[in-house]
Amino acid sequence: MIATLLSGDAPRSRVLSLLLLAVLVCLALAPFLFPGTRSLDTAARICVFILLVASYDLLLGYGGIVSFAHTMFFGMGAYGVALSCEYLGRSWGALAFGIGAGSVAAIAAAFLIGLFSLRVRAIFFAMITLAVASAVAVLVSQLSQITGGEDGLNYQIPRALTPAFKFMDEPVFGVRMNGKLLNYYVVLAGSLVGVLFLLRVVNSPFGRVLQAIRENDFRAEAIGYRVVQYRVAATCLSAAIAAFAGALYAIWLRYVGPSTVLSMEIMLDILLMVVIGGMGTIYGAVLGATLFVVAQNYLQELMGLAAGAFEGLPILPALLSPDRWLLWLGLLFILSVYFFPTGIVGRLRDGR
Amino acid sequence: MSLAPDHAPTMARKGLAERLEPWAPVLLVPVMVLLGYLAIPATSSWLTLTVSGLAMGMMIFIMASGMTLVFGLMDVINFGHGAFVSIGAFVGVSVLIWLGGMAGAPSLVLNLLAMGAAAIAAMVVTGGVGWAFEKVIVKPVYGAHLKQILVTMGGLIVIEQLIVVIWGPEEIFIRRPETLQGGLTFAGAAIEKYRLLAVGVGLVLFLAMRFVLRRTKIGLIVRAGVENGEMVEALGYRLRLVFVGVFIAGSALAGLGGVMWGLYQEIITAHMGQEVMILIFIVVIIGGLGSVEGCFIGALLVGLLQNYIAFLEPKVALISNIGLMVAILMWRPMGMIPVVKAK
Repeated sequence: MIATLLSGDAPRSRVLSLLLLAVLVCLALAPFLFPGTRSLDTAARICVFILLVASYDLLLGYGGIVSFAHTMFFGMGAYGVALSCEYLGRSWGALAFGIGAGSVAAIAAAFLIGLFSLRVRAIFFAMITLAVASAVAVLVSQLSQITGGEDGLNYQIPRALTPAFKFMDEPVFGVRMNGKLLNYYVVLAGSLVGVLFLLRVVNSPFGRVLQAIRENDFRAEAIGYRVVQYRVAATCLSAAIAAFAGALYAIWLRYVGPSTVLSMEIMLDILLMVVIGGMGTIYGAVLGATLFVVAQNYLQELMGLAAGAFEGLPILPALLSPDRWLLWLGLLFILSVYFFPTGIVGRLRDGR
Repeated sequence: MSLAPDHAPTMARKGLAERLEPWAPVLLVPVMVLLGYLAIPATSSWLTLTVSGLAMGMMIFIMASGMTLVFGLMDVINFGHGAFVSIGAFVGVSVLIWLGGMAGAPSLVLNLLAMGAAAIAAMVVTGGVGWAFEKVIVKPVYGAHLKQILVTMGGLIVIEQLIVVIWGPEEIFIRRPETLQGGLTFAGAAIEKYRLLAVGVGLVLFLAMRFVLRRTKIGLIVRAGVENGEMVEALGYRLRLVFVGVFIAGSALAGLGGVMWGLYQEIITAHMGQEVMILIFIVVIIGGLGSVEGCFIGALLVGLLQNYIAFLEPKVALISNIGLMVAILMWRPMGMIPVVKAK
């Protein structure tokens, strides 16, 4: 049963299995274990990023393709939901339409970009996606009549998913049974289904061919697989799932803006989560995203404390201030690519 | 058994179209200028836009040329190239502020001296940083594109953040040297002096680079290395040293481009390198990765198109460069002047 759910791709390490189980249990019981708005927000963010990073892993870890447009696809899903809720009114139909439209737009964009760049050289893809993604980000902030520009959009989702809706009068274990809770479980379920689906994909024949192409594209072509088609298909699939993750995020936040879904910083976060967790494992995405989001939320405060502690010294406070978080991320990123290329999951599997 | 077909060698001269074909990309620049002339109603504004397009193109070329050569020579794709642009701008501007007396004096000679000092300081610093960057970040990942992209991107972030640590998070506004402010009026068109300077510097650099690559021994080795590195090494040249040299030179050029770009925008931020990177990528791709001439033509096309479109249809300007890239890749999938690898 469990093997079928995981598509026969077991974690293959006792520690890893325990960690994954811990993450799953914590996320499933988050509203009860960690009460409070902020921790629930963190848990939802973790769910969304697990799915987003796992979909990126399909591209980077399995396909060996570097894309810088993953936030663009993420943003398409989020803006799809936001725009349809804004203009079609508050209904389940609008929500479903938004998710569908966002995914279709993401697939179409991925198909076009993939066709243009992957047919020549896989490295073109990295450069072209960077160019296109930044153009789209600028476009979204310029078209302020439609997208709300830099301010983003606030919109209404069906009432059953908002805190105003109560489906039980009495709190259970001190947690209010309201729409927010329901919303959280929608996000969690979406993320779980998405990750299991991705596991299914990477362990299918399609996933095997992708890995073969990653290892040696020339040879895969010689065996008779159409490399470009496989790469483009992987790009489209990963874009669609990223858009779905974006839609979940939009449903959770009830707000979208360029800085929350489209910015380059989020792209870097995704890259880091994949590399730290372990490329080409899917499970790496789960651990990477969890660790990273928790660290992002709580470690920055720690850095602030450290900066305060070194107040008198010349350059240390500037280096340790919470705003310089990216500097340390960048260093960590470089070091992990050099010394830790298989990430946490790879290490755990080796050391079993 | 059938007989072998008769050989009938002909010595026909190539037709005009065939002979022009390799030059087609070069012709694109005048075609673009002409289209601009037809599309823009007033001749004077067309002239202004053309000069500013050329100036922008020249500056992009200065920044992009290093990247394209580095790729051609060692197959290294450097996503951190934009960091050198930022460093160059910050160092150059700091020198200019420090030499405020010279830059503010109403004398062209003093102003140019201050500019020269700023440019040289920027090039020395970015060259040094480039050398370290190559040694620490790029060298361990030769031959692995995926890791190169990831690691150099990481390097870009780290350098940008270090700039913020050193110079502070606020953007710096900078005035151009006194005599380079304002413009000339030529045939009813206002032309900024600084843009003329940028065009001049870019042209001189392009010609110098062409001279070095075509007429000197080191240029010969570089070009041969781009075409077939193994063979050059087999002949006894240490291509690795040549490569480091090219990397340093490319970084220094990016630094120079950074100073000029910073003064052109009159504002510098740590993120400017990342923003310019996008233009650089477009230029390098449409030019053909590894080709300096292609890079030059691509940069001019991007600069001109951006200026014309910004005048005609400001909303479209954001995506005009992507459109240009798509059109050129449909025409020549490997870029305008593809680099032939003898492998």
